[in-house]
Formats: sequence, structure tokens, C-alpha cells
Amino acid sequence: MKQYSDVIYAYVIMLGLIVLVGFLQSWNIALSILCFCLISAVMTMGANIQWGYAGLINFGIMGYTALGGLAAVLVSVPPVKEAWQVGGVNMILCVFLIILIVFVIRFILKKFNKSKNRNYGIALVIVTGLILLRLISSPAIESIEAVNPATTGFLGGLGLPIIFSWIVGAFFAGALAFVIGKIALGLRADYLAIATLLISEIVIAVIKHEDWLARGVKNVIGLKRPVPYEIDLQTKEWFINLVAKFNQGTLSLVHDTLEKQQLLKQLVIESSTVFVKLCYASLFSVVVIILLIITQKALYSPWGRMMRAIRDNEEAANAMGKNVVKQHLLIFVLGSAIVGIAGAMMVTYDGLFTPGSYRPMRYTFLIWVMVIVGGSGNNFGAILGGFAVWFLWIEAAPVALYLINFLTSGLEETNAFRIHLINSIPYFRYLMMGIGLLLIMRYRPRGILPEKIKHV
Amino acid sequence: MDFINAVVLLLNYVFVPALSYGSQLALGAIFVSLIYGILRFAYFSAGDLMSFGTMFTILFTWYFQSIGISLGVLPTALLAIPFAIIISILFTLGMDKVVFSYYRIKKSPPVMLAMVSIGVMFVTQAIVRIIIGPFDRRFFDGEKFILRANEFKEMTGLNEGLSIKSTQVLTLFVTIVVVSILFWFLNKTKTGKSMRAYSDNEDLALLSGIDPKKVVMITWVIAAVLATIGGALYGLDKSFKPFTYFNNMLPIFAAAIVGGIGNPFGAFLGGYVIAFSEILLTYAYRKFFIYIMPGSFEPDSLIQLLSTDYKFAVSFSILVIVLLFRPSGIFKGKVI
Repeated sequence: MKQYSDVIYAYVIMLGLIVLVGFLQSWNIALSILCFCLISAVMTMGANIQWGYAGLINFGIMGYTALGGLAAVLVSVPPVKEAWQVGGVNMILCVFLIILIVFVIRFILKKFNKSKNRNYGIALVIVTGLILLRLISSPAIESIEAVNPATTGFLGGLGLPIIFSWIVGAFFAGALAFVIGKIALGLRADYLAIATLLISEIVIAVIKHEDWLARGVKNVIGLKRPVPYEIDLQTKEWFINLVAKFNQGTLSLVHDTLEKQQLLKQLVIESSTVFVKLCYASLFSVVVIILLIITQKALYSPWGRMMRAIRDNEEAANAMGKNVVKQHLLIFVLGSAIVGIAGAMMVTYDGLFTPGSYRPMRYTFLIWVMVIVGGSGNNFGAILGGFAVWFLWIEAAPVALYLINFLTSGLEETNAFRIHLINSIPYFRYLMMGIGLLLIMRYRPRGILPEKIKHV
Repeated sequence: MDFINAVVLLLNYVFVPALSYGSQLALGAIFVSLIYGILRFAYFSAGDLMSFGTMFTILFTWYFQSIGISLGVLPTALLAIPFAIIISILFTLGMDKVVFSYYRIKKSPPVMLAMVSIGVMFVTQAIVRIIIGPFDRRFFDGEKFILRANEFKEMTGLNEGLSIKSTQVLTLFVTIVVVSILFWFLNKTKTGKSMRAYSDNEDLALLSGIDPKKVVMITWVIAAVLATIGGALYGLDKSFKPFTYFNNMLPIFAAAIVGGIGNPFGAFLGGYVIAFSEILLTYAYRKFFIYIMPGSFEPDSLIQLLSTDYKFAVSFSILVIVLLFRPSGIFKGKVI
């Protein structure tokens, strides 16, 4: 138990901070921070598997997140029948064409020896394939996008409960990671970082501009929820009773029946949003706990030991007969799949899919800060990093406002310098992130909760 | 006549913009490549160093404008650049002293230094945004065009106009001057040679008495100079917005890697490779073919190979192709 004491302390402090936000600001804010903390925790676990277990740099996190979000749309939105009628056949044809291209390239790679002519052949296949694809798809895309463009204009999805998308998102992200891994994993660490960053930009560019897939920047709104809606809750008998029971003290102070009724109504509205967020938080916690158990088991299994061996000395592991390339690919796919789950969870929570809000350059580095600050290689550390950094990211603005007001209290209200500082409050979070990261890298390079290796 | 029209069209919309964009990328790529060759890590705050330098250029420009100094037809920013360079140099040297030198002395792995540079990136971003804000700013003054489209049409009697902005010429001119001085410095002077030796083989260079502190210092100075000039030129040509500069990091790194990272000359050419392919592949060739083809073959679509939104896709695809077939870049990397 003693070895876990610092983990327990760290988590108690973190949860205490969130509870403090609940008391000082509002429970609504505290719970939404908690939900996003849980989502970031899933992402950091994915990144931690790749960086902490295997030492692979993956800056493509936002790409996988966006793919997870896409999965949420494709799973939960009901299919648009009209669109399928006008363009479905051509789109299916395109899918087959892509599969055909891939197989032809594989065939060429297998059948012919490495030569210049082979490369030209492959290039020729790809170029003709792309031209054919464009010819087949462009009329279909036009007619699909013309179907009721204000509300649909895309193929729609399967109309299943959105919770399935968490698994589908993992598969999407894993599949992409497989392709990327095949191409890019041989690269040196910093090349891999740049390559994955560029790939995530491309994935998001595609999602943004292929309107037939998920409406692009026109956004998909009103996705179905896995938890009850506030409006429904407010009319349910049991929920009103529950609220009345919890707020007995407050209610008993009011004696007038009409006033009591109004107060109760107000309380019900307030608590319904809190209740919904609580439902989300518990759903997300289940995911985090399941993933934590699995990753923790994996870390201390023979497989986890092998991964550490590969990370610490690739050549030695290779000499011992471990297939480094295969294991790297495996862990690349696994980690990305977990990030994909997080992407689907995020869209589920928001209830809308807005490709424009995925900014690889901004959030990728934030996730990486989470992993490094928390402690790479240690799952508890990664989750804590997700919590702490997200909390800082959100709460930096109020804290900065308070600090600036305190430090410039000697200046007048209308002082230009003070007004300038107060206007630039949102950017103090970057300063905090940067300085926090630099301090941790300098004085605690292995994170708040460093990796612990059990020697058996 | 139609053929000349087509050529002018391409010159106006593809060649001239690509040449100036490529120069701006090249300046960035050279210093990323230099830092990689000598300090041996990927400097992720490259885009933000450029925005830092540009910010001070803008501040000095505003100051000069407020006290009534201007360069006439040339933009006032040219006068401001040297002052901004001095501040950038102080900034990079300070950052090196406070942040990077610790890891260098400890001989940390390159990945660690790259992560540290992400921390520096956040700090730089915060400084820029707190001082000047995240908004789009234009700071160009002076004569905007050297050659206007209308004037060109009148002069030659062609249908298509060719317009050349003064910033484009300025970019090209400054790039040529700066890059020639840099390559002269690296190839001919003693300090430059010692930098190349250090990049080639650190141990041997130390054995032959090269002072590593001096080499590192000069690298940061060159980085600050190139970043400020490149950033200011980009800002003059287009506009200054911190987030755009941050995003420019991707094509800059792509250019450095395509050219063979660690090799400044490769990075220089890499900048043009990336710029030209981005613009060539995302340009709509409809009008061009209307001129070239006889009347009955006139195309009815845009004939655009890729939509402009896939700009990054182009730089990445080039990167992948180069890495697959020539893993060390077009020009062999790792030696200055």
C-alpha cells in the first residue's frame, strides 16, 4: 500500500480541486471539467502507451480524435435514403476501386523486384486510380450534396445508438494508424513526429472538405445521446421527487406553496443539467477504469516487459529475437485506437461534430504536455496529467484575472497597461503551460508520478 | 498571342507567388536545418520564433511611423528589422542560457530537447499574444506595386495582366542577399568552417580545439536573424497573424526534411520545392487551357488537381515520397 501513497495523495488533491470549483463556481462547471478531464485521460493513456511503453512519438493525436468523432456521426445519424438513392451506387463503386488499387499495388510489390520500372508502375496505377475515382465520384458527390443541403446533404450513418461508436471509432483510428505505421514507422523519432503531425492535418482537411461524408464545416448537430435529455427529466415524477428529497432543507424554509413550487421548478431545472453531466461522468469513468485495468495488466505482463526492453535498447531486444518492427506497429495501432475512443466520447458528450474545431497544432501539444507532466510510462501518472493539465487550461483564466487584479491593484482602473493585461487573459494559459512544462522537464523529468518498474 | 497570354497567366498566378512564398519558407527551413545540424534537435518553436521577430518589427515600425520616419517608397519595416533582429538574438540566447544549455551539458537525448522546445514554443506564443494580441495585422507601407496588371496590359497589349508586388521583389532580393552571405560565411570564414566541422563530427571538432560555446552561440544568432527576416518578409507580403506563423511550421519542417535535414543548401531548395508544388497542384488551370487549346476543346471544369484546402496534403505527400525513396533527403543531410 505504501508504494501507492503518492498516487493516492495526488488523486485526492486533484479531486479536491474539482470539488472546490464546484463549491466556489458551480457544480455545472465542475462536472463539465471532470468530464473533459476524463476524456483527456483516455487520450493521454493512448499517447502514454506509445510514448511511455514504446518510446514512439505520435503527434497525430488530433487526426485520430477527429476520426473517432466521425465514427460517432456515421454510427448514430439515421441514413439519408434519398442521398443513397442518387449517389450510393457510385460511392460503393469507389470503395471497391480503392480496394482494387491497393491490391494491384500489393501484387506489383510482390511480383516484381525492386527497380525503377516498378516504382513508375506503382505511380502509374495510383495516378490512373485517382483519375478514375474522381470521374466516378464527382457526379455522385454533387448529387448527394444537393439533397436538402440545409439539413442533410450527406450519406448519413447507420442510425445505431451512439455508444457503439466508441468501439467503431477505435477501429477507424486503429486502421488509419496501421496504414500510417506501415509507411512512417521506419523513420527517425523527430521525422515521425513531423510526419504524424502532417497526417493529422490531412485527415482533418479531408473531413472538413468532403461534405458528402459528414457535412464538413457545415457541422452535424443534434446527435442522439446515451443519457436522458434535460427536458425529459424535468417532467419525470421520480426525478422531481429526488430533487425535492435532496433539497428538503432549502424547501422547508419556504412556507408559501406557490413560492415553494417555483423554487422546486428552478431546482429541478438546475439539477437536471447536473444529473445529465453526472451520467456522462460515470459513463466516462467506466471507460477510464476499464482501460486502466487493461493497460496496467499489459504493463506488468511479459509483453509489457518486452516493450520496455525494446524502448530502452532496440538493438539488444532485436538480438534477443523480438520482432521490433511488428511490435512497434502493434503498439502504434493500439495507442491510436484508444485515442479514437476518446474522440468518439468527446463528440458524444458535445452532441455535435464540428470538424473546424479540431486544431492539430494546438491540442496535440497539449496532450503531450499532459503525458510528460503526469509521468510517461506510468498509467496513473498519465491520467493525473490529463486531469491536472486540463484543469489548469480551464482554470488559468480566472486565476490569471485574480492575480492581475491583485498585482495591478496599485494602478488605476483606466490604466492602459492594466486594461491591456486584462484583455490578454486568455493567453496566460499558454504561458502557464510553457513554464509548467519547462519546470517539470527540468526538475522532475520523469513527471509528477514517475514510472515505477517492479523487479520480480 | 494566346500562347504568350497563357505563359503570362502562369507567371502571374503561379510562378511569382511561388517564388516569394518559397523564399520565405526557405529562410525558415535554413535555420531549422542549422539548429538540427549543430544542436541536434527538432526546434518546434520555429514558427513562433518567426512571429516573435515579426512582432518586434511591427512594434518598431509603429514607433518609427509615430515619430515620422519613413523610407519613402520602401516599407518602413525594413528600417525596423535590424532592431527586431537584436531583440530576437537576445531572446534566443537567453532561452538557450535558461533552458537549452542545461540539457546540452547533460547530453540529453534529442527527443528530450525537442520536447523542451515545445515548452519554449508555448512561452513564445504567450509572449507574442500578450504583447500584440492574436489578431491579423498589416504593417506594409510605401509603394505597393512595382508593376500593375493594368499597366502591363497597356504596355504589351495582352489580355492577361502581370502584376508584381514590391514585397515579392523585396522578398526575393533580400533572400538572395541573406542566403549568399550565409553560404559565404559557412564556406569561407574560419568560424563557418568550424561550425561545419562541429556539425559533421562533434568529437573530432572538439579535439581540434573548436569552442563549442561559440559555435552554439553563432547558431542561435543566425537562427534569430533568419527567423526575423523571414517572418517580417512573410508578414509584409501577406499579413501578420500569430496562428498562421505557428501553422507555417509544417511546410517549413517539410522543406527542411525534403532538402535533407542538417543541410542548409538543401533546405533552401526544399523551400522552393514545397512552395512550387503546393501552388502548382492547387492551381485551377481552366483559363490556361482555354488559351492553349483550340476553341472546341475548351474545358468546362476547373481542371484543378487538388482543392486549395489540401495544401498540407501536398507538402506531406512530397515528404513521404522523398523519405521513401531518399531517406536522407534530396541532398544528403547531416553535413552542412
